[in-house]
Amino acid sequence: MAGEERRVKVKIDNVKKIFNGRNGEMIALNGVSLDIMENEFICVVGPSGCGKSTLLNIIAGLLEPTSGKIYCDGKEVVGTGTERGVVFQQYALFPWMTVLKNVMFGLNLKGIKGKEAEEIAMKYIKMVQLEDFVNHYPKELSGGMKQRVAIARAYAVNPEVLLMDEPFGALDAQTRTQLQTELLETWEKERKTCFFITHDVEEAIILAQKVIIMSARPGRIKEIVDINIPYPRTQETKMTPEFLELKNHIWGQVYQEYLEVRK
Amino acid sequence: MNKKTTSKIPKKVWLLISLAVALVLWTLLSINPKTARSFPNIVKVIKAISTMINRGVFWEDISSSLISVTAGFAIGFILSLPTAILMAWYLPVRNIIEPWIQFIRNIPPLAYVPLIVLSAGVGRKPQIIVITIATFLIMTVTIYQGVLNVDETLIKAARVLGATDKDIFLKVIAPATLPFIITAIRLGSSTALTTLIAAESTGAVAGLGMRIRSLNNSFESEPMLLYIIIIGIIGMLVEKFVKYIERRFTGWQEKRDA
Ligand SMILES: Nc1ncnc2c1ncn2[C@@H]1O[C@H](COP(=O)(O)OP(=O)(O)O)[C@@H](O)[C@H]1O
Ligand SMILES: [Mg+2]
Repeated sequence: MAGEERRVKVKIDNVKKIFNGRNGEMIALNGVSLDIMENEFICVVGPSGCGKSTLLNIIAGLLEPTSGKIYCDGKEVVGTGTERGVVFQQYALFPWMTVLKNVMFGLNLKGIKGKEAEEIAMKYIKMVQLEDFVNHYPKELSGGMKQRVAIARAYAVNPEVLLMDEPFGALDAQTRTQLQTELLETWEKERKTCFFITHDVEEAIILAQKVIIMSARPGRIKEIVDINIPYPRTQETKMTPEFLELKNHIWGQVYQEYLEVRK
Repeated sequence: MNKKTTSKIPKKVWLLISLAVALVLWTLLSINPKTARSFPNIVKVIKAISTMINRGVFWEDISSSLISVTAGFAIGFILSLPTAILMAWYLPVRNIIEPWIQFIRNIPPLAYVPLIVLSAGVGRKPQIIVITIATFLIMTVTIYQGVLNVDETLIKAARVLGATDKDIFLKVIAPATLPFIITAIRLGSSTALTTLIAAESTGAVAGLGMRIRSLNNSFESEPMLLYIIIIGIIGMLVEKFVKYIERRFTGWQEKRDA
C-alpha cells in the first residue's frame, strides 16, 4: 500500500498480565508491544495457552493489564467501548432473542430504536446472508449461521476495530472456508481494522496482511511476518508457492512453540 | 412389541394404559387381605367424596390447604429471588447465608414445627411460616445456581456492545436466569405440597393434611386414601401449569436432554 498514509489505530504498549491462580502467580503476557495500523488485517497465531485471548480481552477492555497500556486512536483504553467490537469463538448469541433482536441489541443500547434500528440490523443480516432467518432463535441455527449472526451483531454498532477470538475455530472445514471468503470480501470492501486470533496457520495467511507469531510461557511476540500476497485472495491462493513457503515457515515456528509448551 | 408399533401409540392412549394398570394394581391390593386395609376398594374411596361433603369438611379442607400452600409459596418465592441474587453477587452474603441454607434444608420440617407453634401460635400463621421456610430454601438454592451459571461470554458480549451494569442485569442476567426461576417454581410448588402434612400439624382446624391425620385416629382409610389422591392430583395440575409457563417463556432454550 505504497503512498498511503498509515495511522496507528491501536497501540499495545508493553502490556504485561499476571494472573493469580491456584498455583500462585502466572505470567500470561510479558511485555507485549504492537502497533495495529488503521485498516489493517492482523492475525495472531500461537500454541494454545500462550495468551492470545488474554491479549484480545485486554484490547477489548474486558481485562485490565497488570502493567502497560492500550491506546485506541491515541486515547488510553479504559474498559469496553463500542469502537472496539468483539466476536467470540462461542458465538455468545443471546438465546432468548431472535436473529433480528440479537443484531439490534447494540443499536438499542446506543439509543437507536424501532424502525431505524431494524433497518440498520437488516442491512447487516443481509450482509451475512441470513435474511431468511431474521425471526429464528439461535437454537434453530447451525454453528456457521450463529457465527454469521455474531459477526452481523458486531458490525451493526459500526465499530472501528474488530477483535475476533478464533471465530471459526468451532466450525467444520467447509463452513470455515466459506466464512473466511465472506469475511475477506467484507474486509476488502470496508477495510475495517481487524485483529483476528486463530490457531489455523492457513487461515491466518489467507486473511492477514501481517501474522503475529506468539510464544508461550510467558506470552510474548516471537515474530511478525508480513504477508505480501495481493488481495483479492481466493482459495486458489492456498496453492501458490509463496503461500506454501509462508505456511511452512510460520507453521514451523508455531510447532516449535507447541513443543516448548508440551515440555 | 417392537419399537415401531409402540411408538405408533399416541401419548393419550399411553396415559389411559397407565391409568388402567394402576387401577388393576389397586384392585389387586384391595383384594389381598394383607393390604386391603390400606387400599380400600375404588368404589368405596369414590363414595368417600360424598361422605366428606356431607360432613361439611370436603371443600373447606381443599380451600384451606390451597390458601396455605399458595400463601407460603408466594412469600417464599418473593423472598428467595433477592436473596439468591445477593448471594450470587456478593461474596460476604454468600459465605454467611449458604451454610445455613444447606444446613436447614436437610432438616425435615416436621422436626421444627413445634418450635414455630411456640412462637406463632396455632392457626393459619404457623402453616404459612412452615411452607414459606421450606419453599424459600429450595427456591433460593435453585435460583442462586441459575444466576451463578449465567454464561460469562454473554455478559462479555453485552458489555462490548455498550451495556451498562443495569443493562446487563435486566437484559442478560434476568432472561438467562428465567429457566432456573421456573425450575425453582416447580420445585417450590412441589415442596409446598409435600410440606403440607407438617404445616397442618400445627393445630390446624381444616386442611387436607390435617384431615388425613385426624382420619388416621378413627381408622377411616377410604377418605384417607381419597385425600392422598387429591393431593397428588393438585400436584399434577400445578406441574402441568408450570410446564405450560415453561414452554411459553423459555421455548428459546437449547434442548438439554437428548
Ligand atoms: N482468568 C484467569 N485466571 C487465571 N489464569 C488465566 C485466566 N485466563 C487465562 N489464564 C491463563 O493464562 C494463559 C493464557 O490463556 P489464554 O489467553 O486464554 O490463551 P490462548 O487464548 O492463547 O489459548 C493460560 O495459561 C490460562 O490458563
Ligand atoms: Mg483463546
